[in-house]
Amino acid sequence: MSDIAARVKKIVVEHLGVEEDKVTENASFIDDLGADSLDTVELVMAFEEEFGIEIPDDAAETIQTFGDAVKFISEAA
Amino acid sequence: MRRVVVTGLGMVTPLACGVEETWSRLIAGQSGAGPITRFDASNVVTQYACEIPYGDGSDGTFNPDDWMEPKDRRKVDDFILYGMAAAVQAVRDAGWEPQDKEGRLRTGVMIGSGIGGLTSIAETAVLIKEKGPKRVSPFFIPGALINLISGQVSIRFGFKGPNHAVVTACSTGAHAIGDAARLIQWGDADVMIAGGAESPISEIGIAGFNACKALSTKRGDDPAKASRPYDSDRDGFVMGEGAGVVVLEEYEHAKARGAKIYAEVLGYGLSGDAYHITAPSEDGDGGYRSMAAALKRAGLEPSDVDYINAHGTSTMADTIELGAVERLMGDAADKATMSSTKSSIGHLLGAAGAVEAIFCILALRDQVAPPTINLDNPAVTPRLDLAPNKAVKRKIDVALSNSFGFGGTNASLVLGRVTG
Repeated sequence: MSDIAARVKKIVVEHLGVEEDKVTENASFIDDLGADSLDTVELVMAFEEEFGIEIPDDAAETIQTFGDAVKFISEAA
Repeated sequence: MRRVVVTGLGMVTPLACGVEETWSRLIAGQSGAGPITRFDASNVVTQYACEIPYGDGSDGTFNPDDWMEPKDRRKVDDFILYGMAAAVQAVRDAGWEPQDKEGRLRTGVMIGSGIGGLTSIAETAVLIKEKGPKRVSPFFIPGALINLISGQVSIRFGFKGPNHAVVTACSTGAHAIGDAARLIQWGDADVMIAGGAESPISEIGIAGFNACKALSTKRGDDPAKASRPYDSDRDGFVMGEGAGVVVLEEYEHAKARGAKIYAEVLGYGLSGDAYHITAPSEDGDGGYRSMAAALKRAGLEPSDVDYINAHGTSTMADTIELGAVERLMGDAADKATMSSTKSSIGHLLGAAGAVEAIFCILALRDQVAPPTINLDNPAVTPRLDLAPNKAVKRKIDVALSNSFGFGGTNASLVLGRVTG
């Protein structure tokens, strides 16, 4: 796993209180990992903080899965 | 009018997490005070307080993991955590976790706080200053709002009845229990989860109360002696933290399900001082009228009261309350016992009235009045027995609990043993 993926996974595990093995490529934050809309706002903020990037609202809306997050951050960072 | 009884108790206090653990230490005359550990207190005047004993959950310590999952806890200020812990205890104690629609619709929640998420408001203000407004957590507002204890408890248990929260400073807990009892009397609910919670031990909380000259400042060398209601050497209150929650239930509802009944809410009185933002009037008129209203509602005479849990914060106002009680009681003052349990646990602000109502309920159950510790040299000669330094075994059929708050907001509860 890439360094970025490992760091994203750590944030997801911490914020959503889920087991690490549940955070798979296609795992949806809301449908599979128990997040609500406020959790996803907080997750995006945590990604911004961790990677020193800015994720605009319209881009944030496209980040629905763990894989989406890793892909977006890899391209932005 | 429908009768209201108490069928469940829960508390987190500076003496312990848990009702029985707190009560036994209170009766033994222990103090919950010590140096502040919750934050770096080196810049505030008062560097001691009554803090909840955090730990692994054994021996009366408070383990946050026992009450809220870490991922949920991260999203709330501590006053919500404490309120949730006390509410879960009370609900379990009452054995009231209805799974049916009707039971849930007929159960409400009214748990308040005096100040709410003070710490998270302060921390978020600093965050905005340092990193800008875009870094504010989406959980800041729902984690700091006072009525979110009631909201969180209702979500956890599915209680869909009235959902409300009292905010009347140091009278919050007593007002919550009294108002919730009235909702049951009026038929808006059959069961109410009621009480108060507070987490004011932070730099902003201590600095704020220091600024209005309310806190004890002179006992850094011996914090356990700092809270000393009625004593001539008292110099202000000692900040506490925690929560108290009771389950109130309509009497026939409780009887029908064979619930354990601790006590009955016999009376509730309220008044306003219309005098000063932080001080009571010299004649204690507001407190007097609050007590008189509660007794009138209960249909009792002052001479019927056996035990009074005083507001008694260890400030100059102690003797004003004492005077009002003695005026109300007249010759019956010689037979009653009054104590301030704030001598042991400090002042829990919005939680105080609920925790102290629970102490009254346990006094009724065990026929013992908890002591006023550190009362070595009374500032005045009282007619009432103030239970100095030692619990008093005695007949207690009726107990009265006083709570008076900044702004001149007063509440009194009359609680009694259930007969028939």
